[in-house]
Amino acid sequence: MKFTVLLKQTPDTAELPKITPEQALAGNQGVTKVVNPWDEYAVEEGIRLKERFGGETVAMSMGPDEVDEALKSALAMGCDRAVRLWDESFEGSDVWGTALVLAKGVEKDGGADVILTGKMSVDGNSGAVAHGVACKLGVSLLTQVAKIVDISDGMITVERLLDEGRETVRAPLPAVVSVVKEINEPRYPTFIRIRKASRAKIPVLTAADLGLSPDQVGAAAAKVKWTELVKPPAKKREVVIIEGETPEEKARKLLDYLMNVEKVI
Amino acid sequence: MKHYWFTEEHEMLRRVVREFSEQEIRPKIRELDAKEEFDRSILDKMGEMGFLGVCIPVRYGGAGMDYLALGIVSEMLEWGDTAFRETISVHVALNSLAIFQWGTEEQKEKWLIPQARGEKIACYALTEPNAGSDVRGIQTRAVRQGDVYILNGEKMWITLADVADHFLVFAKTDPEAGHRGISAFLVERGAPGLKTGTIHGKLGARASNTGWIVFEDTPVPAENMLGEEGEGFKIAMSALDNGRYTVAAGAVGVIRASLEESVAYAKQRTAFGQPIANFQLVQQKIALMQQRLDVATQLVYHAGWLKNQGIRNTRETSVAKWYATEAAFASANDAIQIHGAYGYSNEYNVERYLRNAKGAVIYEGTSEIHTLLQAQYALGYRKDKPLRRELPAYDPEEWTREA
Ligand SMILES: Cc1cc2nc3c(=O)[nH]c(=O)nc-3n(C[C@H](O)[C@H](O)[C@H](O)COP(=O)(O)OP(=O)(O)OC[C@H]3O[C@@H](n4cnc5c(N)ncnc54)[C@H](O)[C@@H]3O)c2cc1C
Repeated sequence: MKFTVLLKQTPDTAELPKITPEQALAGNQGVTKVVNPWDEYAVEEGIRLKERFGGETVAMSMGPDEVDEALKSALAMGCDRAVRLWDESFEGSDVWGTALVLAKGVEKDGGADVILTGKMSVDGNSGAVAHGVACKLGVSLLTQVAKIVDISDGMITVERLLDEGRETVRAPLPAVVSVVKEINEPRYPTFIRIRKASRAKIPVLTAADLGLSPDQVGAAAAKVKWTELVKPPAKKREVVIIEGETPEEKARKLLDYLMNVEKVI
Repeated sequence: MKHYWFTEEHEMLRRVVREFSEQEIRPKIRELDAKEEFDRSILDKMGEMGFLGVCIPVRYGGAGMDYLALGIVSEMLEWGDTAFRETISVHVALNSLAIFQWGTEEQKEKWLIPQARGEKIACYALTEPNAGSDVRGIQTRAVRQGDVYILNGEKMWITLADVADHFLVFAKTDPEAGHRGISAFLVERGAPGLKTGTIHGKLGARASNTGWIVFEDTPVPAENMLGEEGEGFKIAMSALDNGRYTVAAGAVGVIRASLEESVAYAKQRTAFGQPIANFQLVQQKIALMQQRLDVATQLVYHAGWLKNQGIRNTRETSVAKWYATEAAFASANDAIQIHGAYGYSNEYNVERYLRNAKGAVIYEGTSEIHTLLQAQYALGYRKDKPLRRELPAYDPEEWTREA
């Protein structure tokens, strides 16, 4: 079996609020980067699948040199090898372009039985890359996966986490599986693995290697354009004490406040 | 925070240990500290990850990293809390490295390998009720009877006394011979007449286990003597060169945590209509913490570099330990001041840092002892003579060789 984990390097969640819209647009956020927290669950699951069913687990990411750090974290956790996909022409790719590059990367690496991702990234938040990859590869797509029940006879059985509960579904392999955090508890790397991962030389596949021309990828091919980016308003915390002679008066004033001042009802 | 002596491996290790402290230690520490509880589950996780054999060669069950890695682990664990750095100090630095340096191949097989793998926990028993700084004043006796030594005596203030499986014990084999009459023994829990207990009511390091050990006619096989008869004092002191290094590195973690938390608090707390970070007297305290952090970092990792090179570092390690632990105490104190009344309560971490930091200016050589040592070196009264066995220089090939 071959398990390929697609992961992204994102800013540390603690540092997300520090990033300005300008920095986000420029793609140079100047903050500590980590493996996208959602993708850590995918890495962990990729390693567990190898432990359960045998085979190899590959970590793959699209991005510049600095992304090696995230791939090395995946190696330190237990992935067998890593592949980075990068070319200057990939710069500015939207979800669709990213999915194309990743799908080509998986194909070029010899395909995979299960392709894992986290449910979304903490910076882009689209949650659509998995869909794009499945579409480009023409394989099954399983989202919101909270448990991989079994893999046998060319089929994968999973539990999906829905608002109302869980549903068990089966799909033919290969399959793209995007996981939720309920699926596992990511492990810490061991020191021996850190030592080895830190020395790993990670191969890079370029646009030419993947058979992609510049007009298919990057900003040039992007169907989504970022026209404006604004920070969500800072959360404000305020204590308002509603005064009144009787409980009825207080309730009336509270209702008035919620309807006319805060306009929340 | 890039330093010329840190490699990518060191940076990765630092991130992982920081995350470990953040997720495994910090959320529980206030409660563990209040209840004086040593959390075995944290120790077990550390064992699985490789903390307990960080700088021990792979063929002896370790992770095969270098002595700088030992410093980084100590620093970032104590950034979480002193308790688990103390574990590294006694288990790795004072005990395992002493066996690595002085032990026979058979002893390394029997004692070092399970320790480095985290299967057995080890401690270092030198101090006694009536002898701390004055090592040659220890009273525990070891008398040879055929193939065994019979141990009698009491050890006090021993980190992990009630947790450890393996004890490195110093005892007098020749009470007339001063420091040349001390020998070192490897003793296992379960040995007849060996009892341990925990000391309660400590000011700090309350989530660590500190206790006493009693030996009553405890037989120890002669083959468990570490080094030669009469070599115990040298073994004890050479082990302290490594233990003190981890204490010093841990102190850097305390300074780092004090600084980080002071910066965050000073920016957020307002007084007289502005953040207290704007006041120069607050800035002065922050500047001093930064200065201490930088100086202590240089001293500590310079000592680590010397160890990697296999250069004797007794003096450099002593000065690093002396400076860094005093600087940690001063920084924790300043951090409380910046936090005002909130810093005086255990709602924030900084009061714990102060209580923890006080221990480190006492153990592994009080600040007074380090003051005397440095004076003796400077005056030319003390020179380090080569040891029969030196701590081996770090050799990446040798350390990572599988068998
Ligand atoms: C939390 C904790 C953990 C510990 N863990 C261990 C452990 O794992 N193993 C172990 O063996 N020990 C351990 N110790 C013991 C520690 O190493 C001793 O406490 C330390 O060596 C000091 O000895 P003492 O307490 O007997 O003080 P003393 O030696 O009695 O010193 C008392 C005071 O006199 C001063 N003094 C002594 N001699 C001189 C001198 N010549 N000149 C000037 N001043 C002097 C000292 O600096 C100190 O201020 C631990 C202690 C603590 C607090």
